[in-house]
Amino acid sequence: MTQTQPDTPAPGESAPPAVELRGIGKRFPGVVANHNVDVTVRHGAVHAIVGENGAGKSTLMKILYGMLRPDEGTIAIDGETVAFHSPADAIARGIGMVHQHFMLADNLTVLENIVLGAEHLHGIASGARRRIAELSDAYGLGVQPDRRVEHLGVGDRQRVEILKVLYRGARIIILDEPTAVLVPQEVDELFGNLRELQREGLTVLFISHKLDEVLAVADAITVMRDGTTVASVRPSEVTARELAELMVGSELPVPELRESTVTDVPALTLEGVSVLSAEGRALVDSVSLAIHRGEILGIAGVEGNGQAELVEAIMGVRPVAAGRVLLEDLDITGWTTRRRREAGIGYIPEDRQRHGLLLEAPLWENRVLGHQTQPPNVKRLGGWIGGWVDRLGARRDTRRIVETYEVHTPGVDVPATSLSGGNQQRLIVGREMTGSPRVLIAAHPTRGVDVGAQAAIWGFLREARAEGLAVLLVSADLDELIGMSDALYALCRGRLVARVDPATVTPEELGIAMTGGMPGAG
Amino acid sequence: MPLIAGRLGRIGLPVVAAAVALAFAAAVTSAVLAATGANPLAAFRQMIGYGSQPDSVVNIINRGTTYYLSAVAVAIGFRMRLFNIGVDGQYRLAAMLAAAFGGFVALPPVLHQAAVIVVAALVGGLWAGIAGVLKVTRGVSEVISTIMLNFISTGIIAFLLRPNLFAVQVQGSNNIGTPPIPPSGRVPGFPLTGASIQVFGLVLLAVAVGVAFAVLVGRTRFGFDLRAAGLSPSAAVASGVNVPQMVVATMVLSGAVAGLLGMPQLLGDSFTYALDFPTGLGFTGIAIALLGRNHPVGIAFAALLWAFLDQSAQILDLFGIAKEIVIITQATVVLSVVVVYEVVHRFVLAQQQRAVGEQLGADERVAGATA
Repeated sequence: MTQTQPDTPAPGESAPPAVELRGIGKRFPGVVANHNVDVTVRHGAVHAIVGENGAGKSTLMKILYGMLRPDEGTIAIDGETVAFHSPADAIARGIGMVHQHFMLADNLTVLENIVLGAEHLHGIASGARRRIAELSDAYGLGVQPDRRVEHLGVGDRQRVEILKVLYRGARIIILDEPTAVLVPQEVDELFGNLRELQREGLTVLFISHKLDEVLAVADAITVMRDGTTVASVRPSEVTARELAELMVGSELPVPELRESTVTDVPALTLEGVSVLSAEGRALVDSVSLAIHRGEILGIAGVEGNGQAELVEAIMGVRPVAAGRVLLEDLDITGWTTRRRREAGIGYIPEDRQRHGLLLEAPLWENRVLGHQTQPPNVKRLGGWIGGWVDRLGARRDTRRIVETYEVHTPGVDVPATSLSGGNQQRLIVGREMTGSPRVLIAAHPTRGVDVGAQAAIWGFLREARAEGLAVLLVSADLDELIGMSDALYALCRGRLVARVDPATVTPEELGIAMTGGMPGAG
Repeated sequence: MPLIAGRLGRIGLPVVAAAVALAFAAAVTSAVLAATGANPLAAFRQMIGYGSQPDSVVNIINRGTTYYLSAVAVAIGFRMRLFNIGVDGQYRLAAMLAAAFGGFVALPPVLHQAAVIVVAALVGGLWAGIAGVLKVTRGVSEVISTIMLNFISTGIIAFLLRPNLFAVQVQGSNNIGTPPIPPSGRVPGFPLTGASIQVFGLVLLAVAVGVAFAVLVGRTRFGFDLRAAGLSPSAAVASGVNVPQMVVATMVLSGAVAGLLGMPQLLGDSFTYALDFPTGLGFTGIAIALLGRNHPVGIAFAALLWAFLDQSAQILDLFGIAKEIVIITQATVVLSVVVVYEVVHRFVLAQQQRAVGEQLGADERVAGATA
């Protein structure tokens, strides 16, 4: 179902649009990032651009912000055609961008961060302070100019970034995936801020792939797929599901489990596990839980609340300060990572590029990684050289993984870095599910992958669960957690603060639980 | 297409990089020669002529053998991103103790040579192992500790190489050295037609070390762990590699090969570790490892090239050209090979990504057409 509507402004609007992109195209070597992109943004609108990862949203915004130059097409601001050579040109035309990854200096104050690079506007002292206070009040941002950025939370940092672009005189503000790093309560605050901006006559371009949020805040929505704009719709006219299907171009995967396969045989048990930081602070604080065969146990939490440390403790990468880790009946607390992997714990690390792959090594060597001591990767084990790498066996098995897990690659000898994120992740999932593991530690298994890979990975997890695999699922995607978990815990400041029932809990309730509040469900 | 790119990446790339770097180095050297008033072409012709004489060839092979061992020792560390600058101290200490051992003990042939070589490898390995242990237990950078250990080994050698300890007066000179190794412990050389000197017998040891290095790094699990830790320490840890253990093992291995570096000279020519035993070879090894891209075959070519430049430059003094000109060549070739390799590497990587992208694009178009 592809519905493309003509992108004409509603009748009665005579003023030229704030932003008009016509026929924008941009090619990178071997990849068409954008083609035939048409977007019209009204003055004073909150305009959302939605699309999957890789749909070309970020490329388009970089073009609008002058970071990239289009190969074809025109950009018009307030009805006037422009050609940007650098972000400085875009800023001069009143366009500001808040990047997904904040660009703030931690060791400077808010005021210093805002003024940095814009000293010529209002100086660096009282003039700047006055201007920041004015802006902060006018848009209800509540920024405290003398706090150091390192002490600010994520939401506050984002407001500093917004204030930074306002300070530079932006009238059109681009927000790249602004909610990706926020918990639901912070998202609400952000939307309040956006409405303030809108009330003051500013135009907001909002990039996202979270559809509920888009429907809640946007006045107009442009959908991108495969590098082009496929539809322009009004939020009142579509449902989240229709929007998602426009984005994907087909039916949408739903994270869900069918009949329960949970048994009462514990596969992995944590008993009062604590992990300390170098300074002796508890990063994981006496966590006890049991994952049974055939069960997916989800851990929800705001980033940085001990999930990463918990996972590393289970994998033996980080020492456990107190408590025990049991694999079935075996106490594995003191085991090395390798021994744990050999005993049947699979591991999908949260950062696949840093922890899951050797980017410059060919796929088949990446299939060996993490399973260096097991057939079919090695033969004649033993000795201090640890046996011989079975290049033939590893290649053959990599081909099997490529086929079974639908890794799109021309062969097993290409370096891992040349695959897309989704295909890299399929390879990792395939590798970790090979050799009949008993437990799988899956940290953000579908982060940053396309919908196709996401659906496939969910499918693989379901199948493995049906065969008795016990899975620890750590994720920031609340829908994924609720849909894919048999049991669900919230982790806050290293402690398991709540156990919720994934069958009844809503994302909002889970969000409250993640920040330490108590939801209704016990 | 990706296969070709892959092949090019593995084999062709270093060759192309080396050729470009060599051409560039020759150009720079020519410019310097011309600037000093010499005729570059004549100088090169003299160098090639002198360097291809039989005696020169023997010297080049002998010197190259030593350079090769030195560079392999460095390359083992490099493969894991460990910078063993201490090869110099490791080989000098190992050669001195092995020479003393060989001079004091009486053993039958074969056993005698083997024992001396094992002692050298053990001493080198243990000495380098100190740096490895310091790194994993105290977090001391191996760059600092190995270079400091160089000075300590100089001190130890000076202390031990005294009369009444390990040294005796060398006959007919003021020099002192360890007692000469008896004939039972010497390694005979190979004659080369037309040459008045012989090729070190232990050139075979260098070949064996090269093969062992290639097999160990390329074919064994130990080598896989080593390379994984070099490519991405974080991914290696997550895959179960015990990185501290690998650091110590790699340093010991690197040091053991470093320990062998003095053996061809000791057992083939000097038979004693005296005050005039060659020094500084460990640092040359760093440059040669870089030039050979840490590859066993690449290093062999690099070592021979280096030795050729050293040897053939001797003739230049006769023509009023400072032979130190080759140091410029050597320095330029190392610098430019590093730069060129990186440039070509990025180019090949971009090619591969493009090939993957194109192929997948084609697949999807086919899939789209059939769907």
